[in-house]
Amino acid sequence: MSQTTTPDSRSFPLRRQCPLAPPPEYDRLRAEEPVSKVRLPTGGAAWLVTRYEDVRTVLSSPVFSADGTRPGFPTLLPGQAQVLRRPPFIRMDPPQHSFYRRMLIQEFTLKRIKTMRPGIQASVNRLLDDLLAMTPPVDLVEAFALPVSSLVICQLLGVPYDDHEFFQSRSKVGVSGQSTAEQFAAALGELRAYMDGLITRKQQEPGDDLLSKLVTEHLEPVGELRRDELLMMCLMLLNAGHETTANMISLGTVALLEHPDQLAALRENPELLPDAIEELLRYLSIADLVTTRIAAEETELSGTRIRAGEGVIALLAAADWDPAVFPEPERLDVHRGNRHHVAFGYGVHQCLGQNLARAELEIVFATLFERIPALRVAVPVDELPYKHGNLAYGVHELPVTW
Amino acid sequence: MRITADTTICISAGMCALTAPGVFDQGDNDGLVAVVLPDPPEELRKAAAEAVRLCPSGALGIR
Repeated sequence: MSQTTTPDSRSFPLRRQCPLAPPPEYDRLRAEEPVSKVRLPTGGAAWLVTRYEDVRTVLSSPVFSADGTRPGFPTLLPGQAQVLRRPPFIRMDPPQHSFYRRMLIQEFTLKRIKTMRPGIQASVNRLLDDLLAMTPPVDLVEAFALPVSSLVICQLLGVPYDDHEFFQSRSKVGVSGQSTAEQFAAALGELRAYMDGLITRKQQEPGDDLLSKLVTEHLEPVGELRRDELLMMCLMLLNAGHETTANMISLGTVALLEHPDQLAALRENPELLPDAIEELLRYLSIADLVTTRIAAEETELSGTRIRAGEGVIALLAAADWDPAVFPEPERLDVHRGNRHHVAFGYGVHQCLGQNLARAELEIVFATLFERIPALRVAVPVDELPYKHGNLAYGVHELPVTW
Repeated sequence: MRITADTTICISAGMCALTAPGVFDQGDNDGLVAVVLPDPPEELRKAAAEAVRLCPSGALGIR
């Protein structure tokens, strides 16, 4: 069936051509229609925002609300509406958002993350020992990227890592562009039941972890945190903690292997590592589709009028490839030295776990290429199964050899 | 240079302490910004100005 494409009925998400680059249509939109209307896969429409400055405005101005309970809040996946009826705090505005975020912040400060580094390094070393004992080709996602990120977030939260197959498979349903609303609801129900049981266990036997701390210090009747709120908070942390970081590890590996000159520069000068991580974050901007908002009042953006109640999608990859801010954005350059990318979002909702992610990525890339200098992708990079249409972009599988 | 910080706006992202570690610090318990050097020496000013620009919440300013 053919469909007429007019500016007002363009379907979304847009297609990527090069699997490591944002959809090429972003460039045209940024230049010609920086605020443009698209039709969403869940029905309804939203404004796409593609310029860096406009994206920062949307994400930092209270005119654009993150409140997922507002009627018409834009969704991309069929199951999202169900979550938004009682959303996690990342889909709330201040002061509610700040109330929840502050309960968590102590576990994510730079100093706290620094104390976690030896543990992360030990996990990475052990996983690479295991990986090197296997016969290549090996799926780097399954054998390394997912275990690293899952181990770290499980330890921080106090979720038993032995349950990782259960929550990973259910989380996968939750972020996939292929899931139906029914599959989504079933997966969410199972995750809720699992987390509810875990909260009960922490009430009976608190440990030295974030979930225990939330239970003993903030959960009703001691504090003001309701059980269902704690439940959604923990599911969100668990999901955000393992999905996004795992995608960055696998996709970042592909990006570095596809740019051997940049990888060589990094190997020659390991001090470049923090800058290289920032550049990979910018270049890949895997959370491109996550930052949705709704206009709380009528406003104007780059000359386009946006009415109250209209949905807005601040495209992170479009902002991070804005040539006005990042010259030659298509060039992966570990010397670029930028930290003003918006890969972690911007404004009061900017990623809570960003410094944990930085630490994980630094340790992972330093150790991976040191331990396996001959690492290469075992199939043509164009043929990898990419996560088109997922909320967080990445690869489903990454067969590697050495 | 005079750096200002509003801890009622700060969201404890840690971008400032990451970008200009000598100039900014984070509170141990709340992660809130602490300005260690409100008038940083010349060699730290560039990083301090970048940190102000990167602050996601708009809590930092330069007077």
